[in-house]
Amino acid sequence: MERVAIVGIGQTRHQANRKEVNFQELVYEAVSLALRDAGIGIDGIDNVITTCNDFWDGRTISSMATGDVSGARGKNVSAVEGDGTFGAFYGLTRILSGAYGTTLVTAYSKGSESVPYLITNAAFDPIYMRSLGMDMVTACALQARRYMKRYGSSEEECALVAVKNRGNALANPNAHQGMKITVEDVMRSRRIADPLKLYDLSPISDGACCVILAREDRASKITNRPVWVKGVSFCADAYLLGDRDLSECRALEKAAQAAYKMAGVQNPRKEIDVAEVSEAFTYQELLWTEGLGFCEKGGGAKLIASGATAREGNIPVNPSGGLMGAHPVIAAGLIRIVEAARQVRGDAGDMQIQRKVQLALAHGVNGVCGQSHCVWILGRN
Amino acid sequence: MKDFWSNVEPIIYEGRIKVPYSWQAGETASYFLTQLRDQGKIWGKHCPRCAKVLLPPRKNCPFCFVDTDEWVEVSDEGVVEAFTLVREGTPIQPLKPPFAYAVIRLDGASTGFVHVLSGVEPDNIREGMRVKAVFSKDRKGSLLDIAYFKPARS
Amino acid sequence: MGKRVAIVGTGQTHHRSIRRDVNGQELIHEAVVRALQDAGLTIGDIDGVVIGNMDHFEGINYVDCWSIDGSGGYMKPTIKLTTGGTTGATLAVAGYHMVASGMFEKLLVIGWEKNSESDTTGAIITCTDPIIERQFVAGAISGLACEAQAYMHRYGATPRDAARVSVRDRRHACNNPYAQLRGEITVEDVLNSPRLADPLRLLDMCPRSDGACAVVFASEDVAEKIAPTPAWVLATANRHMYSDYTDVVEMSSLLSMVEASKELWKKLGVREPLKEVDVVELYQPYSWAGLMWIEDMGLCKKGEGPKLVWDGVTDMGGELPINPSGGVVATNPIGATGLIRCAEVVLQIQGKAGARQVPDVKLGVATGFGGNWWTDMLAFGKKKPD
Repeated sequence: MERVAIVGIGQTRHQANRKEVNFQELVYEAVSLALRDAGIGIDGIDNVITTCNDFWDGRTISSMATGDVSGARGKNVSAVEGDGTFGAFYGLTRILSGAYGTTLVTAYSKGSESVPYLITNAAFDPIYMRSLGMDMVTACALQARRYMKRYGSSEEECALVAVKNRGNALANPNAHQGMKITVEDVMRSRRIADPLKLYDLSPISDGACCVILAREDRASKITNRPVWVKGVSFCADAYLLGDRDLSECRALEKAAQAAYKMAGVQNPRKEIDVAEVSEAFTYQELLWTEGLGFCEKGGGAKLIASGATAREGNIPVNPSGGLMGAHPVIAAGLIRIVEAARQVRGDAGDMQIQRKVQLALAHGVNGVCGQSHCVWILGRN
Repeated sequence: MKDFWSNVEPIIYEGRIKVPYSWQAGETASYFLTQLRDQGKIWGKHCPRCAKVLLPPRKNCPFCFVDTDEWVEVSDEGVVEAFTLVREGTPIQPLKPPFAYAVIRLDGASTGFVHVLSGVEPDNIREGMRVKAVFSKDRKGSLLDIAYFKPARS
Repeated sequence: MGKRVAIVGTGQTHHRSIRRDVNGQELIHEAVVRALQDAGLTIGDIDGVVIGNMDHFEGINYVDCWSIDGSGGYMKPTIKLTTGGTTGATLAVAGYHMVASGMFEKLLVIGWEKNSESDTTGAIITCTDPIIERQFVAGAISGLACEAQAYMHRYGATPRDAARVSVRDRRHACNNPYAQLRGEITVEDVLNSPRLADPLRLLDMCPRSDGACAVVFASEDVAEKIAPTPAWVLATANRHMYSDYTDVVEMSSLLSMVEASKELWKKLGVREPLKEVDVVELYQPYSWAGLMWIEDMGLCKKGEGPKLVWDGVTDMGGELPINPSGGVVATNPIGATGLIRCAEVVLQIQGKAGARQVPDVKLGVATGFGGNWWTDMLAFGKKKPD
């Protein structure tokens, strides 16, 4: 794979409700920050990819509203619908195809404007599932229990994710919800759908994110701290919940293996210095660390309990606070890319892990119960 | 710029997307739903390649990508493979909490059937328990012609 | 640099106003099976799936995930794109880049729509900004009617001129077994059809359809082994100039088409498109676009579209046939429509277009259009690019 780097990053301060801006203005904020970070003007951008979701935006063709604010006027522009990691993938291929030297990718969501259970209920098949009234929370609760039951993981062990990540988010100036909580706080929080309690859920946020990718020859002119794309892949599992074993994440395993192969990573547990994963619910961080090969199947609980995934641990996961810290839905994965890039650059501020970061991993999810995953490996060299 | 916002009253404009839909079930799902409605029977479809009995039935097997062939009647009883007890409801759910969503492996089917559990004490719901479909009195040819699943008498 | 890319197989459903016998997934599956058959491939040969539709027409979120059964994306990389009406062409552009990047060798690209499942205008209205203009825009028809009015006012074209475009496309559709509306009409039929929004009448407008289209993109490493005549992607270009309807400054010209086509012709080294291009499948959602947008594309000067059309230049047998498939006024499953334009150009290049074949096609252009005045363009060629 030809060398492409991330040369500019930007994200808004994610909040529960950004009343003073509409989603276009939110995107413009992130784009402005990314351009400033890269030290280039919009004319340095060859093409634009926006990542949108018509349901979360309350508009069909919401992509037509974000082109201008993403600087697409007069340029080639396209739009992906899915998590930001997928949008960034397309943006990457637009450079690798030889067509463009730089791509600007945006992703955003104004969760405050919508009714999440209606929006995620729309992901369920109209004939065979929708009338059951399931949404992302109840479906993931189903997966959580199935996963925990299979491997004997406890609610307290899952709660460690909320404690770690919300705690980590305190060091994240962009986070929506950093807080110091205990396992007891999580266990005492409102029960939504067993085993998920309020603090097992990530908070839905308003936020936008922007990443600028550049081919090597352009990257070297733009920045002296490029973050190289070493590997990327994605994969989707079967759709109907009963078609797959919810205690597994085979699609993530496949995507991760392909990304590792591209990056030349043979032992992820040792070679990945830091990981930013999309954990919309606490159990997901455990399951995704297994899918990523950081531990054996069912070993996610033991991994986090050992302290290995803490910021000071030897495989820090979500030092930024992850989705527990801020979850603007469609932007979530792109923000993971940004946070992973900051670790590689060494400018993650108080979130910076102690070890020098050679390889960082960023992960995004699309669909219900982690049906589709996208894995990025970023590197210093 | 900060001062500008402090003098502005934020307007929130309420709206709703109200697009009506009429989804065509297609021949396969139509057969399944009419059998639920008229016969109180549950049918899966067989894949000639992997021999799975797919429930709900599909015109082609998602795993093998070939057309399914035989209709196979599946029992109205099966095993709970996964469930969650809903404690806080939303207006779009068919039952009031506490009730459970479950993935149920009906006898004869190779894939899990997602539906709701009711008529059971929440504390008594277990993975591995056997449940049986309770059909609605008023059936319309929809998934909720099965009102819920309840513990099967062993 | 990037790989050279070709489309090596196409498939589409027989488009209808309503397909009661299949649900959306099954519709997708039909097109996919046909495309794989055409390419002589199995789903196991495919490295990834790119899919798109216009969400609110079916009311299904995360369609890339939902469609797995029908698309064949099980345990494969699957991704969705949507740009409204332009979706089909946007998908093709994505197919090109993703294969050219070397990330995929054989990529399945699917566009589909089951328009019969929803209130089309009700769904389209949701594309508008709720604060600024949702109360005033009455779906696709009103915006296009404004454009036609501006064009008539500026260049003196008449509804009769527009009607001639519909007549052409409906006649062409008679040669296309996949087209939905396959019956000839006359200029008088168009002028007497029910009035929608001045100057648009029913027969000026596209129908809405249930349909799907799938194509297989392949890299140069395998394309020639798969298809005897791969249709090579020579160039793509797109523009999207406006966020809101109220932004549009000059309605008598489709600015995104003007800019995108300039870029496309430059990339191709084409100086006189009318002479050098062999066939155009134009995303023409209504008759007037067949007058205006061919001018914006550079086939003739502004205001001369009607003359080109009346002279038969764009008819089968003319110098540059437009829409031998019958185009969008004969068939419009929105998410598929732009991709069907590409598939039809591919069939022309491959010599597989049957009764609608234009002789000796070496260079063909497909376009996509949608909200908000978005234009995608792709050029396909018979000869492998250098």
